[in-house]
Amino acid sequence: MRLMIPLAITFIAGMIMILNFFIPHQPFAFLGDNLQEWYMIVASGAIFLGAANLMHVHIRKIRLRLKNWEYSPVTIIGFLVMVVTGLVYGVTENRPFDYLFMNMVAPMGATMFSLLAFFVASAAFRAFRASNWRATLLLTSAFLVMLGQVPIGAMIWDKIPLAKVWLMSIPNTAGQRAVMIGAAMGVVSTSLRMIFGIERSYLGGAD
Amino acid sequence: MAGIYDKLSNLDRRIIFILIALAVIIPITTDLVIPNIVGQEPSRDLFEFVDSLPEGSIVIVSFDYDPSTMPELQPMAEAIVRHLFRDGHRIIGMALWPQGASLGQDAMSAFADSLGRAQYVDWVNMGYKTGGAVTIARLGTSMRAVFPTDRDNVPWDDIPMLRGVNNLEDIDLVISLSAGDPGIIHWVMMAKDRYGTPVGGGCTAVSAPQLYTYLQTDQMVGLLGGLKGAADYETLVGLLEGEATKGMSPQSVAHIVIMLFIVIGNVTYFMQKKKGGAR
Amino acid sequence: MERIWLLIPVLLMSTAGPAASDTVGPPGTGVPATFEAPDESGPPEVSRAVDLQACDVSNDAGGAVDLTWLMETGGVIPDSLAVIRTSPSGEEERIAILAPGSIMYRDTTASNGVEYEYRIVSLIRGEEAASSGTAAAAASAQWIHSGRIGMMVILIILAGAILYFIDTGKKGKQLYIREIAGLAAVDDAVGRATEMGKPVLYIPGIMDMDDIQTIASMVILGRVARKTAEYGSPLLVPTCRSVVMSVSQEVVKEGYLQAGRPDAYNKEHIQYLTDDQFGYAAGVDGIMVREKPAAIFLLGTFYAESLILAETGRSVGAIQISGTAMPSQIPFFVAACDYTLIGEELFAASAYLSREPKLLGSLKGQDAAKLFFIVLIVLGVVAATIGQFWPPLNGIAEFLRDIVTVN
Repeated sequence: MRLMIPLAITFIAGMIMILNFFIPHQPFAFLGDNLQEWYMIVASGAIFLGAANLMHVHIRKIRLRLKNWEYSPVTIIGFLVMVVTGLVYGVTENRPFDYLFMNMVAPMGATMFSLLAFFVASAAFRAFRASNWRATLLLTSAFLVMLGQVPIGAMIWDKIPLAKVWLMSIPNTAGQRAVMIGAAMGVVSTSLRMIFGIERSYLGGAD
Repeated sequence: MAGIYDKLSNLDRRIIFILIALAVIIPITTDLVIPNIVGQEPSRDLFEFVDSLPEGSIVIVSFDYDPSTMPELQPMAEAIVRHLFRDGHRIIGMALWPQGASLGQDAMSAFADSLGRAQYVDWVNMGYKTGGAVTIARLGTSMRAVFPTDRDNVPWDDIPMLRGVNNLEDIDLVISLSAGDPGIIHWVMMAKDRYGTPVGGGCTAVSAPQLYTYLQTDQMVGLLGGLKGAADYETLVGLLEGEATKGMSPQSVAHIVIMLFIVIGNVTYFMQKKKGGAR
Repeated sequence: MERIWLLIPVLLMSTAGPAASDTVGPPGTGVPATFEAPDESGPPEVSRAVDLQACDVSNDAGGAVDLTWLMETGGVIPDSLAVIRTSPSGEEERIAILAPGSIMYRDTTASNGVEYEYRIVSLIRGEEAASSGTAAAAASAQWIHSGRIGMMVILIILAGAILYFIDTGKKGKQLYIREIAGLAAVDDAVGRATEMGKPVLYIPGIMDMDDIQTIASMVILGRVARKTAEYGSPLLVPTCRSVVMSVSQEVVKEGYLQAGRPDAYNKEHIQYLTDDQFGYAAGVDGIMVREKPAAIFLLGTFYAESLILAETGRSVGAIQISGTAMPSQIPFFVAACDYTLIGEELFAASAYLSREPKLLGSLKGQDAAKLFFIVLIVLGVVAATIGQFWPPLNGIAEFLRDIVTVN
């Protein structure tokens, strides 16, 4: 019974969505639209689950003085300040929430993203070695794309941006498509396995 | 000599980090200018498609990113919004990422007044909606059902510019500025493939390679890839002092530094290999 | 709510009559910014809609009729247009008021099978000033979406192949599955963490449970949980989505139960961090630096944070197994991780790890269908290429293109 109900729900919901795609007639259109709306509601409701877990984990850490508990008050204070300012003053422009968002959340997020530049440099230093002809080809392509992606490439030679566009449009696209088509087949296959109840491990690991 | 090669091949990555930081900071502080040149790139395709729209077209601009990717995507948003307003198009702003709605509001309100565009007549911000691809699929059947009100709770029916807009088939172009999922790919799958609405967009540089596949099949009308894409669009709309255009100098220098590191890495690799062979 | 008041002047303006001289149509209405004054010899005629056409909307659930028309040029531009619908009983209804330059409208309130007559009326100050001719249409619902038949055929072939090979697998036929290094290394990685007395960190991507890659990741998480339970290593699972956290807790709990170590299960180790992409990356990086895990699994959907996570993991000396179907992120993982599951290998994990005949059969079916599509793609490419020189082959290429095009 513990397995039957989720399996039945998966099967019915999955079949409705598949049929909705191919059959525009009622009741499939109505059912499909409604399932999509339910999903949006469930996805919105799930946000509270996460918030509750966050508070629970960190309050427990502080109470029991677990390892690295000193970071937990920072998390809780940050979380509460954003929630309270959002609820009390609203989230529109020129309100405290907006101020905190634009002056704390935005720069902190951008800082994390900018780390990518540093990591790309160190990974490129380590990974790009002309150890054989294929690696050399990869290395040459990387150089052309890096140069073509900035104006200095066109200043060196005006054909470099064209070479970049060619590399991105032809060899890159071929590789990307191969991975995407393979992955798409995997997605369809996994979805069918789930809809027909063959794949059950996502239901808590039960067989 | 061999010691140097060993040291170089095991270079402390913090040295790389410092040099990359300097490669970015020095061009910014010295106001180094490297003029941006726009070739026949996907960024030009997007610009030309927008340029070819008849005046007053309705364009959805979906701000599907958050502050972390702002440095790359916000300049795109500003250049596109400016272009759309300047050419007399109407913008329906929305977001599939929670924080995108605020960033979209900033981009649209920044240019609306100076270009004489009125909220609810020429532009509207419908706000954030959860659900990703499901939301887009629903927009294809009823936009009013997804957005009964705009971000400021003004009912759909009270917004003059939305009269006659029912679903995605009434939209002339969707531009998704996307940092990931949900984003451009979902707009292509749902809006373009299912409802035939043209889709263009902008994304971070790391995500751009994946989206080239959709350009070749005409599933996308154009693409702005990373800061270079944003700089291209700024150049094409005449924003020569734009944030992205200014960013081209540090990015150029940083790319050169990364390439130097790759060269150093290869030189040490071959020297060590040679040494190993001799032994 | 106070912004509603801002709309009043706009609405008043939109219902007011045209200015005396240079009437400007609203943007998007196709109305020229200036128009020629009507002939002064007689009273000016109001522009009317002409060439009105009504037709059922195809491939829908019914209840919708599309109307298209053109506007006469040279006359006085009306303030607005009204769409008038007459039912078979003769009842006339004004179903919409449109901006004056509109040239199309979709009536979504029609009843199926009822033939309505439509006309477009030009309004001046709310009064009927001119009318188009009439056009009639009845809405109807379709049972099959004509633009998706090709896709349906493809799905049937794929499903058929999968079900056939599942059946073959169930009958006991031995099915070969090639070695996938990343999956074969799972046990070794957990073993290494145990030897070093350090935790195992499992990162299930940044997407929600509706993402199939996250589901595939949960399958591997179950396996990793069983191993960590057997070996007695702590398993940390920071998640980016609340639902993923709940599912991960269930999956790990089940894994510990199956390993006979329910007492070792610690719910607190599976925690939600934040929905924010880089906030999550920062949180996970923090865990890596503080906990120094010996094995890190990065399996699921990743975007720009992939390299930030993988490089930090590398810097703490962990053995890293990654896997994603995101083509742009695979190169980063290959550069920074010890093993990488590329694309569909992630989805094969369930069958590979369990060796269950039914799952292996589905994998075989997927491969058979893939082979079929490879042949189809090659045929299409060859036909389109030769078609450049010998046009009859273009027909084959067009046919194949039509099959795979979704409308």
